[in-house]
Amino acid sequence: MTEKLASFPGGLVLDGQKRRSTQTPIRQTPLSKNLILPLQQHIGAASVAIVEVGDKVLKGQKIARAEGHVSVYLHAPSSGIITAIDEQPIPHPSGLSALCISLETDGEDCWIEHQGTDDFASLSEHDIRQRIREAGIVGLGGAGFPSFIKLNPSVHHHVDTLILNGVECEPYITCDDMLMRERAEGILDGIEIMHYALHVKNCVIAIEDNKAEAISAMELALSQRPELQNTKVVSIPTRYPAGSEKQLIQVITGKQVPTAGLPIDLGIVCHNVGTSYAIGRAIKHGEPLISRVVTVTGTDVAHAGNFETLFGTPMHELLAFCKTERQPDEPFILGGPMMGYNLSGDHLPVTKTANCILVGVENAAPDAKPMPCIRCGECATACPVGLLPQQLYWHARAKDLDKTEDYNLFDCIECGCCSYVCPSKIPLVHYFRFAKTEIMNQQQETLKADNARIRHDNRQHRQELEKKEKQERQRQRKAALAATKAAKEKEAAKQSNEADNVENN
Amino acid sequence: MLKPTSPNSSGISRLSSPFLSGTNRVTLQMLQLLLALVPAVIGIVYFFGPSVLITMALAIVVALLAEALMLKLRNRPLKPFLTDGSAIVTAALLAIALPPLAPWWLVTTGILFAIIFAKHLYGGLGYNPFNPAMVAYVVLLISFPLEMTTWLPVTTLSEQPLNFESTFQMIFTGQVSSGIAIDSLSGATPLDAMKTQIGLLQNPADIMQQPLFGLFSGKGWEWINILFIIGGLYLLYRRVISWHIPTAMIVSLAIISGITWLVAPETTASPLFHLLSGGTMLGAFFIATDPITASTTVKGRLVFGAGVGLLTYIIRVWGGYPDGIAFAVILMNMLVPLIDYYTQPKVYGAK
Repeated sequence: MTEKLASFPGGLVLDGQKRRSTQTPIRQTPLSKNLILPLQQHIGAASVAIVEVGDKVLKGQKIARAEGHVSVYLHAPSSGIITAIDEQPIPHPSGLSALCISLETDGEDCWIEHQGTDDFASLSEHDIRQRIREAGIVGLGGAGFPSFIKLNPSVHHHVDTLILNGVECEPYITCDDMLMRERAEGILDGIEIMHYALHVKNCVIAIEDNKAEAISAMELALSQRPELQNTKVVSIPTRYPAGSEKQLIQVITGKQVPTAGLPIDLGIVCHNVGTSYAIGRAIKHGEPLISRVVTVTGTDVAHAGNFETLFGTPMHELLAFCKTERQPDEPFILGGPMMGYNLSGDHLPVTKTANCILVGVENAAPDAKPMPCIRCGECATACPVGLLPQQLYWHARAKDLDKTEDYNLFDCIECGCCSYVCPSKIPLVHYFRFAKTEIMNQQQETLKADNARIRHDNRQHRQELEKKEKQERQRQRKAALAATKAAKEKEAAKQSNEADNVENN
Repeated sequence: MLKPTSPNSSGISRLSSPFLSGTNRVTLQMLQLLLALVPAVIGIVYFFGPSVLITMALAIVVALLAEALMLKLRNRPLKPFLTDGSAIVTAALLAIALPPLAPWWLVTTGILFAIIFAKHLYGGLGYNPFNPAMVAYVVLLISFPLEMTTWLPVTTLSEQPLNFESTFQMIFTGQVSSGIAIDSLSGATPLDAMKTQIGLLQNPADIMQQPLFGLFSGKGWEWINILFIIGGLYLLYRRVISWHIPTAMIVSLAIISGITWLVAPETTASPLFHLLSGGTMLGAFFIATDPITASTTVKGRLVFGAGVGLLTYIIRVWGGYPDGIAFAVILMNMLVPLIDYYTQPKVYGAK
C-alpha cells in the first residue's frame, strides 16, 4: 500500500454515483420463464449449438461448443427445454439480431452432475486452461475476451505480474465493488489458480480508493491466505479511466504497453476480479459460467442494486424487478455512462458482458446542436492517451481519414473524456468511432478489391493457359491428322505402286 | 420509421457514449473572460476617464448587429451564436485597446472589420485564423495612425477632468462644448515617448523622471497592467485559460528585455518597464490566449507565447510602431498550424 504509484495524463474526476447501488447486498434475480442465449457473448468466433429444439437440458449442461481457438463453450443457465434456435435481437449497439438458443425453464433449476477440485495443483496448466474454456469463462469487465487465452503465455513470454482489475472507474457501476465486498474469498480462489497457471512472481489487486469496504474486505480475506503472500491489494487514486487496462498498467508499473503490443509484452497479464471469481467457481466447484452480477441503477431506478442474474434473463424482467420509471421501449444504457451503449429493445437478454443496466443519468449530455470547436484544448488536456482530439475532430469531420491516422486515431480508447469536457458539446468520440469504421471499411474494400484483382489476374492467366493448351492440342491433333493423312497417302501410294507393280509384273 | 428526437425522461438523448457531460460551456468561458476584464476597466476609467465605457458600449452594439447580419447572410441560426458571447468579447477587447476618446467612426470601422472580415469571412466562430480584435486594431493602426497613437496623458486628465457628458460629445462630435479639440488634449503614450527620446540619445533613467512616467513604467499604465494580471489570475483560477501562453510570453519578454538592459542600460528600458507598459498584460492574458487562434498543444502554447513576447519586444524597440502586441499575435497566429504539427504530444505506448 505504501509503494509509489505512477499516474497517467489527463483523465477526469467524476461524480461516482456509486452509493445508489451499494446500499443492499447482492440479490438473486428471480428465475425467468424464458432464457435467450446468444451464441456469441464473447470476442472471437460464435459458439456452435450442440442441442436441438425439444432437447431437455439441465442447469450447467453444455449447449454450444467452442468453434476455433478464440471461442468458448456455452451452458444452460437453468434446467428446461430448448424451444428454439433462431435469430433474436441481441444487446449490441448495431441493434442487429444473431443466432440464439431459447430455453424454457422448468422451474426445477436442476443441476447437471458437476465436480470441482481443491487440489488443482494436480492438474496441468493445460488442463486448467481447458477447464476454464469449457466453463465458458470470458473477461467479465466488459470486453468478453476468452479468459483461457490470457492464461496461456506462449513460450516467448513469461509473466511477472498478474494485475487483478477491481478498479471499476466508471460512474454508477458497482458490480465488482459488491463482489469484492461479499465474495473476496471466491476471488482469491481464482487468483490462486491463475497464479498456478501463469507462474507469476507477484500479483496486484488494484482497487480505486473510493471503495474502502471492498479494499478492507479483500485485505481481510488476503490476510487469511498465507499461500498468497506475494499478492497485495493496492489502492489507486480515483480518476477515470484508471480501470482501462493500459492506464491501469501505467498506474501500477509506470510502464506503457507498446503501440500495437499486448500487456504480456511487458510481462503483465490483467484479469477482472469477476473473472477471477468465475475461475474459482469453475475449478474448485466445477460450476460453469451461467450467471453474473449485474448492477441496475440510474436516476429512474427505485430499487437500485446488484443482482446475481442468469444469462439469458430478459432485461425488462430485471428492470421490472428493480421498479424503474422507465416506459416500455424507452432507451437505457448497457454499461457505464462514459463507455456504455444505448439500447432500446425490451426483450434483450443479459449476457456475459452485461455489467450494468443504467436508466437515467444526472448531467446527461445535451441533445442540442453542438457549437463549433474553439480549439480550447480541454479535450487534449483530458485525453489519457495523449491524443489531440481537436485535431482528430477537424480531420474526421473533413473525412480526411489519412490525417486522422497520422494523428493516431487508432490509439483512441473511446473513454469519452474529451466529449465530457468539451465546452462546445461536440460528440467527439462519435466522430472518432465513425472515422475508425470508415477506415476499416475502406481497408476491407481495398482487401476485397485486391482479392478481386488477384482472382481476375489468375483467371486471365488460367484462360491464357487453357487457350495455349487448346492451341497446342489443336496443333497436335492437326499434326497427328496430317501424319495419318500422309501415312494413308503413302500407304495408298504404296498400294497403287504395288498394284502398278503387280500390273507391271 | 423515425423516432422523435426530443430527450426522453431518462435524459439519454445522445446516440453514443459518453452520455455524461461536464458543466463547461463556450458562453460560460466568454462570460468569465468579460468578468476578468472588470478590474482593468475600472483602472482605465480611473486614469483615462469614462471614455472606455462609451466606446465599449458602442463596440458591443455594433458587434452584435454585424454578427447578426453576417449570420443572416450565411444562413446560420442567430440565437446560439449571438448568445455565445464571442462577439461581445471581441468588442470589449478592441474597445480596451483603442485610445481614450477614439471617435465613434474609428470604433465602428474597427468592429465591422473584426466581425465581418476577420471572423465571418473565414467561417465564423472557431474558424478564424487571426484574432479578430487584433486584426481590427492593426487595420486601424495602419489606416489611421494619428488617431490610434495619441493618448490622453494621465496628467492632463487630472488637470481637466472630462465628465461623462463631455466625453460622449468628444467621441461623437470630436469636440466638447468649450471648444477644445481632441488633439490639444492628447499626446504620445509612455512607450512611444520612451522610444522617441531614447532615439534622441536620452538616458532611460532620466526619461523615467518625466511626468508621463510613474514608478515602473507609464503613469497609470503600470496599474492598469497590474489590474490585467489580477483578471488573468482569475482566468487561470477558473481554468478558462492555461498558464502556458501568458507565462511563456512574460518570461520571453522579460528575458530578451533583461539581456539588452544588462548589456546596454543607457539605451534600453528596463524589463519591468516593458512588462508593465502598453498592452503587455492585456496581450498575455486576454489576447494571446484566445484559444481559436493560438496554438492548441501544450508545448505549442509555450512556443507560441514565447514567440509573441519576443516579437513584441522586437517591434517595440526596432519597429515603426509604439506597441507590438497586435502585430506579434497576428504573426504568431500565422505560425500556429506549423507549431501545432511539430508539437504533438507523445501518444501512449509510442516509442
